[in-house]
This record gives sequence, C-alpha cells and structure tokens, in this order.
Amino acid sequence: MTCWDILSDYGLRSLGFGERLLPRDNFTICQQVVLIGSGMIWNIYFGLLALVSGFFLAVATAVGKSHHNPMFRKPAEWFIFVFRGSPLFIQFFFAYFTFQSLKGAYPIFTPLTSAWLGALIVLFLNTAAYSAEIFYGALMSIPKGDIEAADAYGMSGWKRFRRITFPTMLRLAWPAYTNEAIFLFHATTLVFMSGFPARSQMGDALYYASYFADKTFNPFIPYPILAGFFILLTLTVIGTFGLINKQLNRHLPQTNRAKIRLRLNLIR
Amino acid sequence: MAAIFSFCSDPASLEGIEWLSCYLTTGKHLGIYWSIGTVLLLLAITAPVALFFGFAGASAARSRILPIAWFGKGYTAIVRGVPDIAFFLFFVIALDQFFEWIRHEVKCPDWDMPIRQGNDFVVCPEAKLPLGTAPQWVHETYGFSLAVLTFAIVFGAFAANVLSGAMRAVPHAQLETAEAYGMTQRQTFWRVLVPQMWVYALPGLSNLWMVLIKATPLLFLLGVEDIVYWARELGATKTAKFTDYPHGDWRMWYFLALLVFYLGFTKVSEVVLDKIMSRLTRGQATAAGEAQRKAAA
Amino acid sequence: MKTLILSTAIAALAAGAALAEGHGATVRMGTEGAYPPYNFINDAGEVDGFERELGDELCARAELTCEWVTNDWDSIIPNLVSGNYDTIIAGMSITDERKQVIDFTENYTQPDPSAFVAVAGNDVDLAGAVIAAQAATIQASYVAEMGATLLEFATPEESIAAVRNGEADAVLADKAFLAPVVEAEADLAFTGDDVLIGGGVGMGVRQSDTELRDKFTAAIQSMKADGSLNAMIAKWEIGEQF
Repeated sequence: MTCWDILSDYGLRSLGFGERLLPRDNFTICQQVVLIGSGMIWNIYFGLLALVSGFFLAVATAVGKSHHNPMFRKPAEWFIFVFRGSPLFIQFFFAYFTFQSLKGAYPIFTPLTSAWLGALIVLFLNTAAYSAEIFYGALMSIPKGDIEAADAYGMSGWKRFRRITFPTMLRLAWPAYTNEAIFLFHATTLVFMSGFPARSQMGDALYYASYFADKTFNPFIPYPILAGFFILLTLTVIGTFGLINKQLNRHLPQTNRAKIRLRLNLIR
Repeated sequence: MAAIFSFCSDPASLEGIEWLSCYLTTGKHLGIYWSIGTVLLLLAITAPVALFFGFAGASAARSRILPIAWFGKGYTAIVRGVPDIAFFLFFVIALDQFFEWIRHEVKCPDWDMPIRQGNDFVVCPEAKLPLGTAPQWVHETYGFSLAVLTFAIVFGAFAANVLSGAMRAVPHAQLETAEAYGMTQRQTFWRVLVPQMWVYALPGLSNLWMVLIKATPLLFLLGVEDIVYWARELGATKTAKFTDYPHGDWRMWYFLALLVFYLGFTKVSEVVLDKIMSRLTRGQATAAGEAQRKAAA
Repeated sequence: MKTLILSTAIAALAAGAALAEGHGATVRMGTEGAYPPYNFINDAGEVDGFERELGDELCARAELTCEWVTNDWDSIIPNLVSGNYDTIIAGMSITDERKQVIDFTENYTQPDPSAFVAVAGNDVDLAGAVIAAQAATIQASYVAEMGATLLEFATPEESIAAVRNGEADAVLADKAFLAPVVEAEADLAFTGDDVLIGGGVGMGVRQSDTELRDKFTAAIQSMKADGSLNAMIAKWEIGEQF
C-alpha cells in the first residue's frame, strides 16, 4: 500500500469519509502523518470559526466594559472574569453537562452535545472573553487627540466609532490579538481530550496522535508529528495576521508603523 | 486510616451535617486537600524557574554568537508553536529517559547490554531515577520535579518571548549613553538593560502567571495526582459495595468547587499584581506613571 | 531545579542504601485505581480491590516487597516500558497487540466477558446503535469493528453516564465492572449477548524482565493450585472461576 493510497483512504477520515476502520497493525509513518493531518481539519475548523464569530462578541463586550452605564459594564466585566479566570478544561466540563440537561428537557438542543457545535460554542465564548480584554485595553489607550479630532469634525455616535475608534482600537490590539489566535488554535486540542466524546473515531489531530500512541505504545513518533503540524499552523497564523497588520497600518508614515511584535500580552 | 470524628464509625446511620463532615474528612478527601498544596507548591517553584529559563532564552536570543542566538530563538519559536498538551504527553518520559541515560553512562561504563531492548528502556539498576529501592515519597518527589521542569521549559519559552520584547522596549538611548560612559557590553546589559526592562515586562509576565494557573489541570497528564484527578475520582458514582459513603454522579459539585477555587485564585492574583504594577510604575516615565503623578497632585 | 533533582537523587541514594540491607529491591505495582472491583481507591485513599488483595498475596508468595502506584490508563504501558514501575496490575486483558510490547504473566482471571448495558426496558439493536466505551480499551476497538457508532470517553464513569442521560444507547465494558453498577441502579440493565474479547487478565511486565514474570507466574500457579485464587474471585465477584 503506497502512501498515496493511504492518503486517499484516510485523508478525510476525521470527517467520516474513506476507510471505516482505522489501521490496526503494521503502522507506518505515512499512516500516522496522514491521519493526524486529517484530524487537523477539526482543529482548523474549531479555531477559525470560533475566532471569526468570537471577534464580534469581543468587540461588543469590550465596548460594554468601557461603557459608563453599569448595566452594560457589569455583565461584560463578569463575562470576561469568569471565562478568563477558569481553566478551559473546567469550562468544557460544565458546558457538556449543561448541554446534556438542556437536551434532556428540549430535544431541539440535541446537536449541542456533539463536539462540532457544543465545543465550538465554548471556544467561541472563551476566545470572545480573552479578545474582549485585549480590545478593552486597546480602547483605553486610544490617543485622546484622535477622539477630539473626530469631535472637531462633528462626528459622533456610530459614525465616530466606525471611522475612528474601531480602526484605531484594532490597530493597537492587533499584536496581542495575534497571540490570542495562536493560543485559540492550541486550545482546540482540548476538545476531544477532556470535553466531548469522539464519535465513530472521528477526532482532531490530538485524538489520532493518542490513538497511535496507544496502539504502538510509542509516544515518541505521533506526538512530534502533531507538534510539527501545529508549528506549521502557527506559522500560517502569524503570516496571515502579519499581512492584516500591514493593511491596518498602511496609512501611517513608514517609521511609525507598528511592527508586529509577538509580545505575549494575553494568552490562555 | 482512622476517622477524624469519633461518630464516623458507622456512616450509614448518619444524616445531614454529620454525614457530610465524616464524608469530607475521609482519607480520600485528604488526598484532594493535599493536592491543592501540591498545585500551589508547583506554581511557587515553577514561576521563578520559568522566569530564569525565560531570561536565559531571551539573553541567548540577543547573543552575538550565532549558534547561541539560534538556540535561544529556536527554543522560543518551537516550544511556543506546539500546544502544551502535546508537549506534556511525551516530553516527561523523554526527559526521564534522558536523565537515566546520562546517569547510566556515568555510573555503569561496563554495562554491556543495550539500553533499548525492543520496546524496553533498560538502564543499570544504579542509574535508575529514583532507585528501585527508594520509598514511594521519593518517586513522587521525583515525578513532581519532572513536572516542574516540564512546566518551566514550556512557560520559560513564553517568558523568554515577553522578556525579549521588554528588552527591546528599553529606550535605545539608554544603552547608547551607557556605551558613551565607557561601559562594556556586559556591563551595559546587567547595569542598564536588565534593571529597566522589568516595568515593560510585568504586564506580559502577569498574564503568563494567570495562564500558568489555568494550565495546572494538565498536571495529571504528567503523572501528578492533581485536584482535577481527585475531583473526577471523588465525584464519580460510588456504589455501596466499595465504599461506606455511596453517592451518585457528584462530579458537578466537585468541579463547581474547582471553579470557585480557580476564580478566587485569579482574583487574588489580579489584586496582588495590580499592587506590584503600581509600585513599579511609580516615578517611571510611562503613561501610567504620568497618570499616577496627576492623580496624586 | 538542579539542586532539587540532586538532593532528590542524594536522598534516593541514602534511602536505597538503607533499604538494600534489609531486603531485596521493591517491586512497584502500577494500577489505575478507577476500575472497581478490580482496583479502586477506597475511602481511606488507598488502592483497594481484587487486584490489591491478589497482588499482595502474590508478592508474599514470591517473597517480594511490593509498593502500589497509580497511573493514568492512557500512559500505563509507556510508563512501564520506560521503567517507572515494574508491573501493570490493572485489569489488563492479555491481547496480541499488547503482547508485542510487553510480556504478561499467566492469566489470573478467566477470559472475562464484556457486556452491554442499556437503559432498562430499552430494546437496543446493537449493530446500529450508538455505543459508549472507554477510549483506548479493547472494548472500544471491538465496537469500532462491529460497525456500531462508537462514542469514546476518557473514563469508564463517563461512558456509563452517557447511557444514563441518553447520549449513548448502550455501553460496552467488562462485565465484572458493570455488574455492581447495574445492581445499584434500577434503571440500567444488561442487554444483548456477552462478548468474549480478551484472553483473561494478567499482570504486565517488561519484556526484558523475564525473571520477575516467571516469579509471578509461579505464584499465580500456586494460588490456582490451592484454590485461594478461586476464593478471591468469588469474594470480589470477578466472574468464572478456574
């Protein structure tokens, strides 16, 4: 069996296509690379969707936290505190528990107990809380002059937010937000590890890596393969965010452009 | 293990508070209380060690000698690129084997059997870490030390990242002035750069501390019986056959207690770190220092 | 850090020297501690169960000093081959897969049937059902191969909880493990036929440790011969006797 066959048999195994059974003996490196890579589809799925959807909630929460009215401020503060103050591990546990009772009461909630939706919701809330704190910090450090200039132009309310506050906030928050994105992708490995059950052996990269570690009793091959995949993913994230950063800063004079510095500001 | 309260000899006859007080003081529950101490101790040791690794990594990355610089940069880049769970799952065993292999080379030069026999990793008995004859607490201490070292290596990479950012943030003019005063490279580094970088590093480092707290549930992957291990074990359904305190699935309550523990710990850390930050910024020429000055005036 | 390891090593050396005078090396027995009646942690926080009693008796017969260690199920074999303990005594069935990596002593239980448990009164069509199992067990592989939808959980506790709250239609696990659960909970019941998967439970040892394996095998044989093993199996309701 060539590596090419293995790729067509197992390349999409994590989504349920291809061979029904996982390899059980005579494990090859190729099988391990292909299956662990197949599992990466889920890591990317969780990371990407949670990041995009979490972005909007994060902006709303950050604005809420900076609001003078406690009716908006307090809920935002508590939301951020609970999700940043507790391990993701425990959040997954409670989410799975809650979703199960919801499902028991109303069958409409059935999909919530599956990882593709349930875990996504937890990751969405989690990354929203972390990003909200980053955006809040950025909102607080917007130069006062920018806002005053907007006032002078007669901008106010939504227009001022859209044209001045929001872009400046994004620009200031971007390096820290890049870190958050990296750690969100790393956190996706916890989904099947501790939170949600894997169905029909469809799991993420870590699931397949531990499958091979369990079958071959040798952790020194599958986990480094997993590590390799994640280094590639991390580099891609850094590259993509770097391009966006360039775009965000394009109006600034060359010397003032904030070079993307991967300083660890907010991570999980 | 004798019960702490005298009335605990027949738990089945007890109710309410008495039952609960007996239940919460079983030897098994002492295990979870003990593990809280383990987690706190781990944090207390890991934080300075990781900071040291981070400092070494950041200084190495700045080095003029290329291989050292590559090593420093490679360390931060690789370790940060890998999810910590993946790292924990194979690294501890590798580290353990590495130590035993070194001891083996030193202590048993005459050993003629291969170290890898099929799947087995076999070193001479004198090189085992800890020795096969050592009591259990030595094994536990050794396992704990390995866990500390692994955590420190992982979080050291993040700390290195924060510290090298902080080193770059120190105004360049400061370093040039030092040079103008005739300080050597080494002197500039230790007398000018290092004392000034902390205020820039603290926000990143305090975040790192928060992250470290929240990474402790991964300890059970490293073979240390931590609070999450015990919460799972204690909360699981117990049938009357194997315990005097049968109960249903109580994991919810145990995890709720863990949640409160972590939230409380985070809150306390936030308060303390805020205090340190305002102490550090006092008199500094940063925006926050300026704000402090204005508020006082 | 360095000093910590060093002082640990020194302490280990000192303690080792002191012990070596008394008796031979300690045999470290690795178990999971979460699989009653085979092994579990009792109220006092100590390893208890069928295998605890059996292991202590085997050590006495083989004239070995034994010490009990718990380890996560997922990494129980890698830690054995890497030398962190000397035996696995954790309800581990003897399989060809495992035999490629570690050696087993003679089995000390008859091949233990695995059984399905479902909500009482539910007639489950097992082949088309959703079946829960603990990840990385022979039962998990079995379910995957029989064509049912496998739902994998990290602990046996969670796999039973999945049936209780309707996540899964049934759970597959060792019958001896499920029996006390079914007994205690009226709404759960055995369903379908039992299946024979493993080759009985044995103690796992490193392949290079043939001496230790033979000692334990001899002790197991002597317990089989004088009937004390059967008595223990009956006491803990492990299943078929020898």
